[in-house]
Amino acid sequence: MPDYSWPDAEHRILIGKRISRVDSPFKVSGRAKYTYDYHAPDMLFGKVVRSPYAKAKIVSIDTSAAEKMPGVKAIEIVQKPGSTVQWAGDEVVAVAALDEGTAEDAARAITVQYHPANHMVSDAEPPAGAGDSAGPMNGDDIDDAINNQLPDRQFIEYLQQHGVTFHVEEDDIKDWKGAGAPDAVIDAIRKAEYHEVKGGGGHSAYQKAAAQTMGDPDKAFASADVVSEGLYGASVITHCCLESHGSVAEWPSKDHLMVHISTQNVSGVPAQMADPLGVPAANIRIHQDNMGGGFGSKFAADRWDVTAAKLSKKAGRPVRIMLERTPELEVAGARPSAYARVKVAAKKDGTLTAWQSQSWGTGGPGGGGMPPIPYVFNIADRHLEHTAIRNNIGPARAWRAPNHPQAAVITMGALDDLAAKLNMDPIDLWLKNLNIVGPRETTYREELGIASDLMGWKDKWRGRGQNVSGNLARGLGLSIHTWGGRGHASDCDCTIHPDGSVDVKIGTQDLGTGTRTTIVIVAAETLGLPIEAINLYIGDTLYPASGASGGSTTPGGVSSSTRHAAVDARQALFEKVAPALNAQPDDLEAVNGVVRVKTDPSRSLPWKQACSKLGAMPVTARGKNPDRTKPPDLTNSGVGGVGMAEVEVDMETGVVKVKKMVAVQDCGLIIDLKTAESSCFGALIMGISYALYEEKIMDQATGRMLNSNMEFYRLAGLHDIPELVVHMMTGKGYDERGVIGLGEPPVISPGAAIANAVANAIGVRVPFLPLTPDNVLAALEQKAGA
Amino acid sequence: MQEDDPTKLEDSSGVSRRDFLKISGISAAVVPILGTKLVEAAGVPVRVYGPGKVPIELTVNGKKHQLQLEPRVTLLDALRDNLEITGAKRVCDRHECGACTVLLDGKIVYACAVLAIEAQGKPITTVESLMQGDQLHPIQQAFVDNDASQCGFCTSGFVVATRAFLEKHPDPTPEDVRRGLSGNFCRCGTYHGIQLALAQVARKGA
Repeated sequence: MPDYSWPDAEHRILIGKRISRVDSPFKVSGRAKYTYDYHAPDMLFGKVVRSPYAKAKIVSIDTSAAEKMPGVKAIEIVQKPGSTVQWAGDEVVAVAALDEGTAEDAARAITVQYHPANHMVSDAEPPAGAGDSAGPMNGDDIDDAINNQLPDRQFIEYLQQHGVTFHVEEDDIKDWKGAGAPDAVIDAIRKAEYHEVKGGGGHSAYQKAAAQTMGDPDKAFASADVVSEGLYGASVITHCCLESHGSVAEWPSKDHLMVHISTQNVSGVPAQMADPLGVPAANIRIHQDNMGGGFGSKFAADRWDVTAAKLSKKAGRPVRIMLERTPELEVAGARPSAYARVKVAAKKDGTLTAWQSQSWGTGGPGGGGMPPIPYVFNIADRHLEHTAIRNNIGPARAWRAPNHPQAAVITMGALDDLAAKLNMDPIDLWLKNLNIVGPRETTYREELGIASDLMGWKDKWRGRGQNVSGNLARGLGLSIHTWGGRGHASDCDCTIHPDGSVDVKIGTQDLGTGTRTTIVIVAAETLGLPIEAINLYIGDTLYPASGASGGSTTPGGVSSSTRHAAVDARQALFEKVAPALNAQPDDLEAVNGVVRVKTDPSRSLPWKQACSKLGAMPVTARGKNPDRTKPPDLTNSGVGGVGMAEVEVDMETGVVKVKKMVAVQDCGLIIDLKTAESSCFGALIMGISYALYEEKIMDQATGRMLNSNMEFYRLAGLHDIPELVVHMMTGKGYDERGVIGLGEPPVISPGAAIANAVANAIGVRVPFLPLTPDNVLAALEQKAGA
Repeated sequence: MQEDDPTKLEDSSGVSRRDFLKISGISAAVVPILGTKLVEAAGVPVRVYGPGKVPIELTVNGKKHQLQLEPRVTLLDALRDNLEITGAKRVCDRHECGACTVLLDGKIVYACAVLAIEAQGKPITTVESLMQGDQLHPIQQAFVDNDASQCGFCTSGFVVATRAFLEKHPDPTPEDVRRGLSGNFCRCGTYHGIQLALAQVARKGA
């Protein structure tokens, strides 16, 4: 069997070096085409009429005036009269017209009457005693969950845990399928346990999760040397992808659909669109060359994508629906909020002994889960309570490292306050407790040491509020984080042609994370060729299926499948070339553009000449991840990582400026150091953005988002960027672990580190992100009044 | 519009925002003429185009294009949807983010905030014009070398903004860069690479 393992350090020509992103020349010159840039011949422009109410019943829809307008080609009712919309901006009816202006005019000419109902868009702390405990679901609950886009996994887990109050009827199943419930959910409904009495089912806005108690927290708190209490949290933020969500749908024949869509999940979209459109997934082709950001919000074909396909079918012409900025921010994704009252106990030397938290937060109509607290530090004696708030702010979606940034803000904030109470340098408290972080203890110890040196922590750190000059206060903060990042399921075809050219085909996508570069480096390294020699094809369902790009699973998945494919294709080539070199296939290697005998490099053939031995036919090999028949495992799971921040706070204005940030990150074997570092730099910057500025601000009176544009939904800009230092862990202890994804981990700690740095600077905790001037001033006022 | 039109006004760039405010603030006498209308607004005759399609000529990257567009169509949408010149991106669509940055008569503008009808008669330069054959412009090469793009959706805007910025500030300090390019936003967080790219070109001269 050929050797599939990653080459060792001495034999790596490309892997682990700093290589420029292969698609950069296209992006910097405007030649890279995105879904939004795709203009099909005869394409119509789709516009969606959206609910102005956060909760309302649709009474009637009158499209007659729009139908008569010249240039209007199709109208599609998305939600029929009688339906209830659950958030402002929800899709009601859509129109396709010859140009965008006409489509806008037509959308305005459609009259929808609503019967508004009371909405709730707050995620403030639930009143004491509020909330239902979770119970079995009735039919209405199932309807709600489907309409509210409750995440499938959450839906299924809920059904498995709590069951249903009804006996399944096929008519209902048909309705739910028609409403978009995937097979896995339908299956879970069928299998759900029947309960005769409805135990609440969550009609209250407040849904309490079962309290969790481990060990004996009461006893641990009673015997603690010090107990610190505080309030921590992070508000709802949006994804704000620069390329908005959307697609162009066209029907090459009446039962074949072609969709250009901005997605993190090329291979997965056909199955999502098949049911609602009544077309076999096999007849749906997806294509995407480049995508302008997803961050977790673009895994599914959305209702507007299905609507574009329906409009296209009606009109007999391609239809584009790309979201305008306002709906992009209102409905196309938000990160759930999480807040907590925390009590944490320790011994005098900083050893953590007990944790107690009452947390709450919202992920929109679906409620949302508890963040993984206490985060990283596995405090044995603990008591956790969580209340999910189901409200009308719009659906939540996975946001880069789902729930981890919130967990870090809560946990690292609580530990930082505890360290302050103990008059300890937080680094010492963190180091003191690394025995309870699990298998990455050594990694964290190394990373904390390196980060501390890079920040100059020991020289700069002062106790709380001890570094003030006039109005300006300086402070340092830190946080650590963890993530999995094992490679997802991925198939890849590698073809070597008799003329020496090489194709690699893989149905993955490049979100801007460097996926193309990763694949090309692995293929080129394996075949001993320069990266320019590899013709890479991604972003189409014509190519072998590869998993969705989420949870940092892509690098491990595509690098493993590509390695397997390239090694097998190389082996097939060696079998044809071996006789010409008077050797056995296993004696050969492909290095620096030649195929040669390992033990006698003078017996060699240039790549092109070697490939001519293939005869008339190319060889193609299919590589897979995972593939247990081809050891060793090329990917792995579980990383550490440290973030540190230095800030300056103007205590008169409340303005926070980040002065320096440090990220130290491991991710196993790094394929391309340059794009890996960029992921970390980008994560630090995204961290500054969500720590200081970002918040989906809801108007309690109207139920609408107040800042659904890029002027008031502020992202960090160039002027916010301080000195940034990134250090990737490489070499022994890291490289041999195999490839692990990197998208999520470095974005987890920056918010917590900045929040802790602000507390260190001004001597008081600002409880919630974002750390806006008003939040900072309020905390200072409270401190002054205390 | 007719060149021999006796009612021709000096400014043929359509209705300015100020004119529009005047018109909407009073009840104006409307005199229909060929293709356009003349409106008596606050005692001043003002030419009004539309609401239907009107001929518009745009000169993009040195090439003239004749289009039939409604006067409400922005330069950005004309470039992207009518000329399929798609380097400038539509992101915020209300002059907040800079992803649609182009040069109009050598000056930096957000193409989403300029009407196509206003952009007539002035050279329009987009990111597509920067390459010389297969050769990247030094600014583009610096963006590649310093990995200054991730998803790339803001990149075209940044490259054009950088070109305009460096023409005014050939030797910028890091603080100049922070201030001068703060009109463009990136979501992936490529600012660090952009700072390095600017340092590279500023050193070499662009």
